[in-house]
Amino acid sequence: MTEVSINPAALGPTASAKFRERVLPFILFGMVLVAIPFFGPSRTTMTLLNHIGINIVFALSYNMLLGRAGLLSFGHAVYLGLGGYFCVHILNWIDAADGGFWGNLPVFSMPIFGFAMGAAAGAVIGWPSCKRAGTAFAMISLGVAELMSAGAFMFDSLFGGEMGISGDRMAGPDFLGLSLGPLADVYWFIAFWTFFGVVAMFAFTRTPLGKLSEATRDNPERVQFIGYNPTRVRYLVFIFAGAFAGMAGGMSSVQDEIFTPENLSLIPSGAILIAAYVGGIRYFSGPIMGAIVMTYMGSNLSDYTAGWLLYLGLMFICVVMFVPDGIAGLVFGFWRGVRSPNRSEVFGKWAWQVSGVVLMIVSIIIIVEVAFRWSDGYGEVFEPFGLALSHTSILTWILAFVPLAAGVVLMRHAAAKYEEA
Amino acid sequence: MTQSALKLINVHKSFGPAKIIQGVDLDIAKGEKHAIIGPNGAGKSTLFNLVSGLYSLSDGEVQLNGKTISGKRPFEINRMGLSRSFQVSNIFSNMSVRENVRCGVLWSLGYGYSFWRNVGNLKEVQEKTGHILNEVGLLEKANLPAALLPYADQRTLEIAITIAGGAEVIMLDEPTAGMSHSETDRAVALIEKASKGKTLLIVEHDMGVVFGLADRISVLVYGEIIATGKPEEIRGDPKVREAYLGEEADEIEGASA
Repeated sequence: MTEVSINPAALGPTASAKFRERVLPFILFGMVLVAIPFFGPSRTTMTLLNHIGINIVFALSYNMLLGRAGLLSFGHAVYLGLGGYFCVHILNWIDAADGGFWGNLPVFSMPIFGFAMGAAAGAVIGWPSCKRAGTAFAMISLGVAELMSAGAFMFDSLFGGEMGISGDRMAGPDFLGLSLGPLADVYWFIAFWTFFGVVAMFAFTRTPLGKLSEATRDNPERVQFIGYNPTRVRYLVFIFAGAFAGMAGGMSSVQDEIFTPENLSLIPSGAILIAAYVGGIRYFSGPIMGAIVMTYMGSNLSDYTAGWLLYLGLMFICVVMFVPDGIAGLVFGFWRGVRSPNRSEVFGKWAWQVSGVVLMIVSIIIIVEVAFRWSDGYGEVFEPFGLALSHTSILTWILAFVPLAAGVVLMRHAAAKYEEA
Repeated sequence: MTQSALKLINVHKSFGPAKIIQGVDLDIAKGEKHAIIGPNGAGKSTLFNLVSGLYSLSDGEVQLNGKTISGKRPFEINRMGLSRSFQVSNIFSNMSVRENVRCGVLWSLGYGYSFWRNVGNLKEVQEKTGHILNEVGLLEKANLPAALLPYADQRTLEIAITIAGGAEVIMLDEPTAGMSHSETDRAVALIEKASKGKTLLIVEHDMGVVFGLADRISVLVYGEIIATGKPEEIRGDPKVREAYLGEEADEIEGASA
């Protein structure tokens, strides 16, 4: 800031900063995607990775609304679902076709059709719902989600009733030597479209429309006085968000080969809201991190505990209350802390906070695990590390509340001690 | 008289039974610097909101360069060449200063709602943004988040966004409210520079600013214009003195342009 004369044309970031912030992360991301298969992941891991890829695209598309445009939607799965359903139908047309357009269409192109369907659905549903922002928009999205999932159960020929509709990804011609039969093929398919989706959605944030969407989020009134119609901005962004969600649906139709009305319901809509928020909606990479963590936890945590949904809920509440910038906020905060001049002080504060959090987590786990075993009434006992923690044991109650209290004390101490820092 | 840039014909506005603006007629010539003064609650900001399209008129008409703009929506009026600022800072607080101004520039350069261009590569946009930041003196703070700017700088940014689109008619709503003396001086210099060759309509409480800046002044009291004229005419007008009791009357007397 000491420079006095600045060339107005050279205001933006330097070329090297641009490369570091806007190109390098994507090169690294692409390299990770390419490198993963060489570690020989198991079939389970591969399936998990594919779902992570789908959710990355889905969460980013959701964040086009929540983080970038300030539109809280409770029904974003509608667009993934409609895009996905459309693609499952196409899979069946390809399977049934004997030559012709459908017969020669590679299944690899499904996300394009999902994209188109998502955009169309966004254009139709967005027209009434984008007239209003804020609470009205959120309520309308909730209504639409309910309507669509209820409607899906009624129109059997389109949505297949409770059983849903399934397809066969091996139909149609190969593309790039991928038959899409084996999971490894599907991995490359998902990796390609995930990469494409991430780059495209990042590019969108750099366009005039993307910038205006942020401006409309910050101050819709002022946007009117710089020549833009905020309703139009929201509507266009909504169409794109729907389109990329539909693209995720197209990816999902190939990975899972089935869509049911459940896919349109409030449950996946809520899940993606949580994933995007936990990841951090203020950062572009936040929803990516959220999608990775939440998909992983969703598929693996249930192996360890029957109370996993409870933990997810607690985590979400804690993120909203205490870490509003989410995982990405923590990651970038850590990075800034490592590079800050008063590193030792920052680390000192973190040490207190981490110990506090760990102690509280120990207590919470004990309370939850003991509580639902007690409520089950089968006499099962929670036995971590060989300790028998029954609800009748004094030790249980000590372990349930002493670390919790100690954790709270540590957090308060950290807050007081480093207040000025 | 030259062609009028902005013309208000018998403008009325009521909120329910409350008649806020009761028949305002105003004719502002191209290139004129026109100030509106009046006691608190006279309806100055309401008048601004009526002209810029935020509120709809109860009766009457507003014309911009001879075309009717009353009944049009704010963004349409803005596209026709009228830009306004706000009394409270009305900026895009989570974006950087540069992005704030850039948003103001985009429409006027014809980029509309485009989603196939990278803003970073639009040379024209970068140059105009840089030019405006330079003009208002925010170049050094260009990459700060707007919310972190000190108050006076936020007011400056408010003006920068207002002039960014290159509108021919500029309306400023109390641009120096809450500023210190030195900040006010700087703001006035900026307003003079930014409104050169353009039509300016300004609402202001600081009589020093008003009498220094304006070609003509209108006095709005209880939703009616009781006097319009050159600064010296207004200063001597007994009706104006009557409307302004006490301190502010002395201020008008004392304000030497």
